[in-house]
Amino acid sequence: MDQKLESVLQGVKNSDSSEKTSKKRDKEITADAYVAIAESQDFKKLVKKKNSFIVPVSIFFILFYFTLPVLTSFTTVLNVKVIGDITMVWIFAFAQFIMTWILCMTYVSKANKFDKEAESIIEKVKDGEY
Amino acid sequence: MGMSVIGISFFVAIVGLTLFVTYLASKQTNSASEFYTAGGGLTGWQNGIAIAGDYLSAASFLGIAGAIALFGFDGFFYSIGYLVAYLVVLYIVAEPLRNLGRYTLADMITARFDQKKVRGTAAVSTIVIVLFYMIAQLVGAGGLIQLLLGIDYWVAVLLVGVMMTIYVLWGGMAATSWVQIIKAVLLMIGTVIISVMVLWKFNFNVLEMFNTMKTATPHGEGYLVAGAKYTNGVDTMSMMIALVLGTAGLPHILMRFFTVKDAKTARSSVVYATWIVGIFYILTIFLGFGAAAFVGSEKIIGANAAGNMAAPLLAQALGGDMLMSFICAVAFATILAVVAGLVLSGASAFAHDIYGQIIKKGKVTEKEQMKAARLASIGVSVFSIILALGAQTMNVAFLVSLAFCIAASANLPVIIYTIYYKKFNTTGAMAAMITGLVTALVLVVLSPNLWNPEGTAIFTGTALFPLTNPAIISVPAGFLAGWIGSLVGAKSDARKYAEVTVKANTGIK
Repeated sequence: MDQKLESVLQGVKNSDSSEKTSKKRDKEITADAYVAIAESQDFKKLVKKKNSFIVPVSIFFILFYFTLPVLTSFTTVLNVKVIGDITMVWIFAFAQFIMTWILCMTYVSKANKFDKEAESIIEKVKDGEY
Repeated sequence: MGMSVIGISFFVAIVGLTLFVTYLASKQTNSASEFYTAGGGLTGWQNGIAIAGDYLSAASFLGIAGAIALFGFDGFFYSIGYLVAYLVVLYIVAEPLRNLGRYTLADMITARFDQKKVRGTAAVSTIVIVLFYMIAQLVGAGGLIQLLLGIDYWVAVLLVGVMMTIYVLWGGMAATSWVQIIKAVLLMIGTVIISVMVLWKFNFNVLEMFNTMKTATPHGEGYLVAGAKYTNGVDTMSMMIALVLGTAGLPHILMRFFTVKDAKTARSSVVYATWIVGIFYILTIFLGFGAAAFVGSEKIIGANAAGNMAAPLLAQALGGDMLMSFICAVAFATILAVVAGLVLSGASAFAHDIYGQIIKKGKVTEKEQMKAARLASIGVSVFSIILALGAQTMNVAFLVSLAFCIAASANLPVIIYTIYYKKFNTTGAMAAMITGLVTALVLVVLSPNLWNPEGTAIFTGTALFPLTNPAIISVPAGFLAGWIGSLVGAKSDARKYAEVTVKANTGIK
C-alpha cells in the first residue's frame, strides 16, 4: 500500500501522468530477466521488424542525400533549366526537404505501431513472465 | 550603424522577457534533475520548438542568409545538410538515447560500459565540442552586436556572456528551454515577414525571382547552379558528411531529449523540430536572394566579409530601421538561446560526469550536485568568455564546422555502436572516441584553415592536409577504430548488451 502511494506521489512530482510509470513494478528487473526478454520471441520479432524498417530507409536517405553533392561536384547534369530559370539542382534540393518531411511522418506512424508491441512486452514483464 | 530608440527598446524587451522567464523558472529549479532536464516535464511541442531554438544558431540565420546572398546555390548546401541531419537524429539516435540516458551523452554510453575512462572520454569530447561551438557563437555575437549597437567587441562578448550565465545559473534547463522557445518564435516571425516582403517585391512569382537573380549578382547564371563557392568536390563531400552526421552527435542537441518524459515524446519533439527547421531553411532562400537583389553583394561584403550582415541589411532595405532593429534583436535572442544551451551541456559534462560520477563515484547529495552544476556553469561561461575575447579574428564558420566534424567523428560512431553493435566493447568505445576526436583535431591543425602560403591564415606555409573539412577521413576513422578496437579488445558482455537493447527498444526501466 505504502509503495503504491509512494509511486503515485512520484508520478505527480515528475508531472508524469503516463500509465507506464505510475504503475511501477515492485522490484527491479534482474540481469537474468533482461536476457530472458532479449531472447524471447516477442522481443526478437519487434527488433527484427524495427530494423527491417529503419535500416533500409536510413540507407535510402543517406544515399539520396549524398547523390546531390556527388552530382554537383563531379557532373553538370543538375545545371539544366527545368521551369523557367529554375535549374534541376534546386528541384533536387527541394526534393530533399520533401523527403525529410515524408520520412519523418512515416517514421512516426511506424513507430506508433512498434510502441504497441513494446507495450505488450512491458505488460508481460510486469506480470512476471520473465 | 547607430541604434534608434525603437531599436534599443526591442533589445530591452527581449532581455526583460527572458529574465522574467528565468525568474519564474528559478522557483522550480531545486534539484539536479530540474537543473539539467527541467525535471523531464516538457511536452513534445515545447521541446520541439526548443530544439529548433537550440539548433538555429546565428550561423544558420545570419551565416546561411549571407552565404546564399553571396554564392547562390552553394550557400544553400548548409540548409540541406542541417535539415536532412534530423532524419539521422530521428531514425537512429533520439529514442534509444532517451531510453538509456539520464542527463548526458556519457550516461547513455556508460549504460553499457560502466567505466570511468569511458565516461571521462565522452565528457572530454562533449567539452571540446561545446567550447568550439561556444567560441564560434560568442565571437560571432561580439562582432555582430559591435556592428549593430556600435559598442566595443569586448563589451558585446561580456554582455552575451553575462546573460547566458544568468539564465543557466538561476533557471537551469527550464529557463534555457523557454529562452529557446521565445527565440524560435521570434526568429520564425522575423524570417516569415522578410520572406513575404521579398516575394511581394517579385509579385509573389518565384519564376520572376529566379529570372531576376540570373542578372542580379556578379556570378551571372552561375548563381543559380552549384559551383560559385565550392570548387573542390572532395571537400564539398567532406563538408556534407559533417553537416548530416554531426547534428546527431552535438551534446547540446542530444541533451534536449532528456527534457521529455519518454521516447514517444522525444519522437514527437523531433517531428515538431523538423517542420520548423525545414520551413526556416526553405525561407533562407528568400533571405539570401532578397539580400543579393535588394542590398547587393558589394554592400553586404562591405559590412562584413563573410556576409553575416545580409539579413539585417535586407531588413533595412525592405522595412527601414524599424524592421532592421527587430531583426537585430531577433539575432541577439538567437545567440543568447544557443549559448545558454551550450553552457548547460558543458556544465553537465563537468559537474555530472566528471565530478559527480567519476570523482565522487555517484555518491553525491542533491545539494552537492546543484552546487557543482552551478559552479561548473560559471566555470564554462568564464572560460569561454576569456577564449572568445582572445579569438576575435577567428573565422566563425570554420569553428562551427569543426564542432560538427568532431561531433560526427567522436560521438556518432560510439552512439551507434553502443545501441546496435553486439560485439562492441570498452576498447572499441575508447578507440572510437579518441580516434575520432584526435583525427579531426589534427587534420584541422594541418588544414588550409590554419595554413596559407600567402599568409592570410594563422600560419604561413602550405597545408599538409588539403581539405578544409576533415570529416571524410575522420568520421570513417572513428567508425573503423571502434570496430577494430572491438575485435582486439576483451569479449563484450552479452548480458549487458541484452539489457541495453531491451531498454533501448522498449523504454522499460
